Amino acid sequence: MEKRIVKKGIRVLLARLGLDAHWRGSIVVAHALRDAGMEVIYIGNQMPKEIVETAIQEDVDIIGLSSLSGNHMILAPEVVKRLREKGTQEIPVVLGGTVPPDDIPILKEAGISGIFGPGSSLKEIIQFISALGKK
Amino acid sequence: MPFLGESIEETVQKILAGDRRTSGRLITRLEDGDDWGKEIMKRLFPRTGRSMTLGLTGAGGSGKSSLLNHLIERFRKMGKTVGVIAVDPSSPFSGGAFLGDRIRIQHHTRDDKVYIRSMASRGYLGGLARATTEALRVMEAMGFDVVMVETLGAGQDEIDVIRLVQTCLLVITPGMGDEIQALKAGIMEIGDIFVLNKSDLDGSIQVLRSIEATLSLKPGQEGEWKPKVISTVATSGEGIDDLMEGIMAHQDYLHNNDAMERAAFQRVEQELGLIFRDELERVIFKGLKGTGKKRRYIRSIIDGKSDPYTVIEEILETFLKER
Repeated sequence: MEKRIVKKGIRVLLARLGLDAHWRGSIVVAHALRDAGMEVIYIGNQMPKEIVETAIQEDVDIIGLSSLSGNHMILAPEVVKRLREKGTQEIPVVLGGTVPPDDIPILKEAGISGIFGPGSSLKEIIQFISALGKK
Repeated sequence: MPFLGESIEETVQKILAGDRRTSGRLITRLEDGDDWGKEIMKRLFPRTGRSMTLGLTGAGGSGKSSLLNHLIERFRKMGKTVGVIAVDPSSPFSGGAFLGDRIRIQHHTRDDKVYIRSMASRGYLGGLARATTEALRVMEAMGFDVVMVETLGAGQDEIDVIRLVQTCLLVITPGMGDEIQALKAGIMEIGDIFVLNKSDLDGSIQVLRSIEATLSLKPGQEGEWKPKVISTVATSGEGIDDLMEGIMAHQDYLHNNDAMERAAFQRVEQELGLIFRDELERVIFKGLKGTGKKRRYIRSIIDGKSDPYTVIEEILETFLKER
């Protein structure tokens, strides 16, 4: 029997971490990913538990988190931890927002695959995410 | 290639047990048109067809997702488990999609008796995605009591959902045109229940009257279901009781007549057509892949040396000869 495994639309889950009210960044990224041919599931403000459950139900290739309120040091690693608990640690987590440079090594250590701070270009975000999604 | 390193049988068992990870994966495979997915569907099929199925269709912005949110809540209060498929359009230019239905029903993610899947239409016409039919079957196999399908924002002809589900809700709002619109063929014919949402807006009485007038023109057979019109305000929850009552009345009607049988027949008929067209196209065009033939055919049509009818005849003839 012929087997066709073709990875078509890369599915990306985009959430704003916790109660962060800054929506513009996540919407700009959502549009850019859509225009790059990806399927973006946008769920607004969510806590790690719901983010992980949604990622499983929607079978996404990547989770994108947005945080501009300083909650990233607690909530972003929590997402990775819960993915591991559910046995779905192969889904990479990418974080965007106001992340101080000192936090980056700690977040990477905690399992965040990519971090995009202020001044990141949409082009590099798209390239990074599509490279991750094609794996 | 096996699924998460499992055999077909293991995958089937997991789905029947309601495993969300496996089901999510399977639906993705079905969306991508994968053969492994098809093998699993063959095994799951006998376990489908036992859920209550509802469809919500209507123009973009009419309030389908917000109504869906109320319906999920009501069914959960009745103790029913709920599966949801929400379809949004893919971009015809980039192929990408912004799937934003889920955000309106996202808080149900906390409820482990609710399972929600967003789908991009991927260029499929008719208001659904290519694999919506299959995703619905998967959710039935998972054992959900109720499965609801929200179409993408439908215009006048996105009506495939009617044959897919038992009870079809058409959501309309005030300010969408006069009685001439209500007389047109297509979408106005598909509602088992017409939901006049945003009924607190100006002009809703007029719309209500014109739909009722249109529906009254339809010569109903004795004992046949007469579509209901129900006014709601999804933001406040007004009219949701009436809507639930309407849905249950339609379900009762289906169960007390041979209508359920008819609905099942129509559904399988549509399914067969879809799968057949899909497979045929795939099998036939597979032979052309990488040969450059498709390109040459298209070129010859543009250059006026041939036409689409002749080309298709040729392709079919070659295919049949090779068989």
